Amino acid sequence: MNKRELPGLYIHVPFCRSKCRYCDFYSITSLDLVPEWLEALEREAVLRKNLFPVFGSLYLGGGTPTALMEHEAGLLMECVRRHFRFAEGAEMSVEANPDDVCREKLCFLLDQGFNRISIGVQSFDDGELRRLGRRHTGRKAEAALGLVMSSGFDNVSVDLMYGLEGQSLTSWARSLRRAVKFEPHHLSCYQLTIEPGTPIGRLAEEGRIVPIDEDSEHSFFLFTSRFLTQKRYIHYEVSNFARKPQFECMHNKKYWNRAPYLGLGPGAHSFKDAVRWSNVKSVSEYCGKLSVGEPPVCSREVLSSEQVRLEKLFLGFRTRAGVDLSALGSMPDPAPILKQLEKTGIVRVRRGKIVPTLKGLLVADSLPLLF
Amino acid sequence: MANIRNFSIIAHIDHGKSTLADRLIQYAGLVPERQFRDQMLDTMDIERERGITIKSQTVTLPYTAPDGEEFELNLIDTPGHVDFSYEVSRALASCEGVLLLVDASQGVQAQTLANLYAAMEHDLTIIPVINKIDLPAADVDMVREQMEGELGLDSDLAVLCSAKEGRGIEDVLEAIVERIPPPSGSSQNPLSALIFDAHYDPFRGTIVSCRVFEGSVQPGDVIRFMSNGAVYRVEEVGIFKITREPRKRLSAGDVGYIISGVKTLSDTRVGDTITLDSKPTDSPLPGFKEAKPVVFSSIYPISSDDYLSLSDALEKYKLNDASLVYQKDSSVALGQGFRCGFLGLLHLEIVQERLEREYDQSIIMTVPSVEYRFALDDGSTVVVDNPQYYPEAIRIRVAEEPYIKASIILPERYMGAVMKLCMDRRAVNPRFNYPSAGRVEIVFDMPLAEVVFDFYDRLKTITQGYGSLDYDLIGYRESSLVKLDILVNGEKVDALSLIVHRDRAREWAVQVCDRLKEEIPRHQFKIAIQGAIGGKIIARSTVNAFRKDVTAKCYGGDISRKRKLLEKQKKGKKRMKMVGSVMIPQGAFVAVLRSDNE
Ligand SMILES: Nc1nc2c(ncn2[C@@H]2O[C@H](COP(=O)(O)OP(=O)(O)OP(=O)(O)O)[C@@H](O)[C@H]2O)c(=O)[nH]1
Ligand code: SF4
Ligand SMILES: [Mg+2]
Repeated sequence: MNKRELPGLYIHVPFCRSKCRYCDFYSITSLDLVPEWLEALEREAVLRKNLFPVFGSLYLGGGTPTALMEHEAGLLMECVRRHFRFAEGAEMSVEANPDDVCREKLCFLLDQGFNRISIGVQSFDDGELRRLGRRHTGRKAEAALGLVMSSGFDNVSVDLMYGLEGQSLTSWARSLRRAVKFEPHHLSCYQLTIEPGTPIGRLAEEGRIVPIDEDSEHSFFLFTSRFLTQKRYIHYEVSNFARKPQFECMHNKKYWNRAPYLGLGPGAHSFKDAVRWSNVKSVSEYCGKLSVGEPPVCSREVLSSEQVRLEKLFLGFRTRAGVDLSALGSMPDPAPILKQLEKTGIVRVRRGKIVPTLKGLLVADSLPLLF
Repeated sequence: MANIRNFSIIAHIDHGKSTLADRLIQYAGLVPERQFRDQMLDTMDIERERGITIKSQTVTLPYTAPDGEEFELNLIDTPGHVDFSYEVSRALASCEGVLLLVDASQGVQAQTLANLYAAMEHDLTIIPVINKIDLPAADVDMVREQMEGELGLDSDLAVLCSAKEGRGIEDVLEAIVERIPPPSGSSQNPLSALIFDAHYDPFRGTIVSCRVFEGSVQPGDVIRFMSNGAVYRVEEVGIFKITREPRKRLSAGDVGYIISGVKTLSDTRVGDTITLDSKPTDSPLPGFKEAKPVVFSSIYPISSDDYLSLSDALEKYKLNDASLVYQKDSSVALGQGFRCGFLGLLHLEIVQERLEREYDQSIIMTVPSVEYRFALDDGSTVVVDNPQYYPEAIRIRVAEEPYIKASIILPERYMGAVMKLCMDRRAVNPRFNYPSAGRVEIVFDMPLAEVVFDFYDRLKTITQGYGSLDYDLIGYRESSLVKLDILVNGEKVDALSLIVHRDRAREWAVQVCDRLKEEIPRHQFKIAIQGAIGGKIIARSTVNAFRKDVTAKCYGGDISRKRKLLEKQKKGKKRMKMVGSVMIPQGAFVAVLRSDNE
């Protein structure tokens, strides 16, 4: 099995120091529950340890992994090492909040075996950061990035967001420029998704903030891609950019390639042999179930072949790697559609693959509906 | 038999037929009060949603006259819309009399006249009824005058009622038993029963509705359908009392149903005569004139795998709608399907809806057309109701299109606007009658094609509901025709082609392009829509591409949710047809003919 197909291990740290106003990830702010959660996680690891013999990547996400105290994080990694094996050269990623970054923390993370770090900067504009409910300032983010780049991590990623309330293309360009100055190996640039149930989602429902219109979305997206491509980043997925192919996030690519993955922690999702399942989105329920030896699973589905087909399409169309022609399966005749999409510059078909162009990435969600 | 009365309620649309039927049903105590609902006989969902009757419905009511005499009344509620006139004509063939309703505020309208003439053709007793006398705008004297002047009826004989408020119901009932003659015929004679309707029941097979004119029929009898000689053993006979109610036998004069395990759908023909195999009658009943379709359109399954299922559904549907005619058809864009003839555009819409709802079909209907006639250079003549078969232009010597005599009744004050509408629709040779004060009847010769599509709706809008239209085909007239092709992204879509008058071609082309622009959803790419005559583009429109449709994040936890959303969207797309690389919604083909008037 090559590394690409090896399973990934995801661990969800469901704790944050404070809740950001746009965020709908599952996390809570009661950090006192960490010890109990760690115990439960150990139990879940024991339950799952034989599912896969060896992993190609680890991703410690959340939540805010850097909200954990050093000894807590140490226990967590000990547990991981005890129960799971990683292939040589496996990618070991951790998400970090700029506010939590300091030299000691970085050394500690390197010591724990992490070789990739993803910094949740989101913006360098203090007004934007405040409106998002982020803890840090633009300055703090720059300081953190400076430290990270010189810390010995040779794979650093920066998360940024656009399409924010009151954000102009100029202010977005400024944030991008400030990030690129540090020459991170990888950038994730997300358009803000307004999620119902979040404070920002409620504001939008009440009409107190207006989501950006389709034309602006379009301009932001193209601008981002052009800007970063000019800086020699590869635009390899809708929202992801890497300086070199080896800096493309190995772990995330497993999701898009439909490689198997195991997710541990509340709200984590897993996928193996056409079965997808997910854990309860509640720390207490998660701990409760595991304390009586029950798997903390709340949903499980077995994919039909048609569902597999659809997944291959919509995941593939998000990436520049594209979709295998064979993934179209049995459908009447894709030729006229493909011809039209090629003619209009949405995809290119070559060497048995349908590859979305930049214009194609922009409408990636609609493409599977055509086949 | 002397105590049976068979009658239909006929009127212009919305004059209150079904509401009057409600009151008669309630008077007879046929349904418990809590099961009662308005327009009880409009049983189909589409009828209730649209508030109109589409199918005639029969119901048998017991009635005790004030002098204690007991009657059995067979009532048939009929539709008023001109597209369903075939339902009326069949109902009339099973009756001895009619209630001719006139709305006291609207007065005599086009279908009042048309239905009156139909009843007179059948030699039926006519009871004029002035309904809705409760309305503030009711003008009984005016209506009486119109009855005398326009209908030639003795207005002293008119019964006044308010179906809504239940006023005058006894008078209506008395008039029915007093004036309508009982059926003639004898139960001793050989059986002769007219099939006037039928429907398919998955458990019981075909159930025929019939009027027995002579003889009698009961379970165990072997009956014969006279048109094709098919024989079946009768399982059950009965009458309609909202639901079917079995009886020991049906005898001369009765209206009811026969179930005889008929599984071969094509054996049952509406209009056929049923007789006894052992003791047949020598002469079948006259039956019905074939329905004469005026609008044609093809029906295709959205998924070509469903062709056989569609074929089966059409056969069953046809049992219950004798006015539909159809035959096989095929199209480059849409595959195998059926060419169908309809009595009008509303009829077409109803067929589409019923096939979808009652028979679970996902279908597409192509652009409707009337029937054109072409004399070709080799001396032959071809009749074309499908633009696909439009002859090569250079071979056409003479092109002809069907004309009608359109009669429009309206209050004088709308005359200017209506004249303009008609002139825009190529009406010629106007004639004016002034049947009663303040009212005009305009009679025009007009191409049928100009009327069937959206003329009626326009007329109603212009006259605020006071104008009504009736028409008769008067034959073919020479015309200058062209075939308008529609290209979607450069490809001709045969199912969207249209035969039009040369002078109106540009107008039509612009309309079709504009409508398609609204109907076709945005795609990933721009879609060019063009109208062309013989390769020359005469109109165009563009459906812009949508610019962005992609979520920012899609990681491990997002995949299931995202897939479910796509599955839902995919289901929605099932109602679209992929033509080349463009998804065309099911309704677009018919919608292109509808102009936006509002
Ligand atoms: N005010 C008033 N309204 C009435 C009366 N009779 C019927 N209506 C109303 O007129 C409308 C049409 O009534 P229907 O009974 O459906 O008319 P119809 O003749 O059966 O209509 P079609 O079957 O579509 O031709 C409904 O809104 C009725 O409530 C009446 O006596 N007075
Ligand atoms: S830090 Fe991350 S996970 Fe926590 S609330 Fe903010 S965005 Fe959500
Ligand atoms: Mg009715």
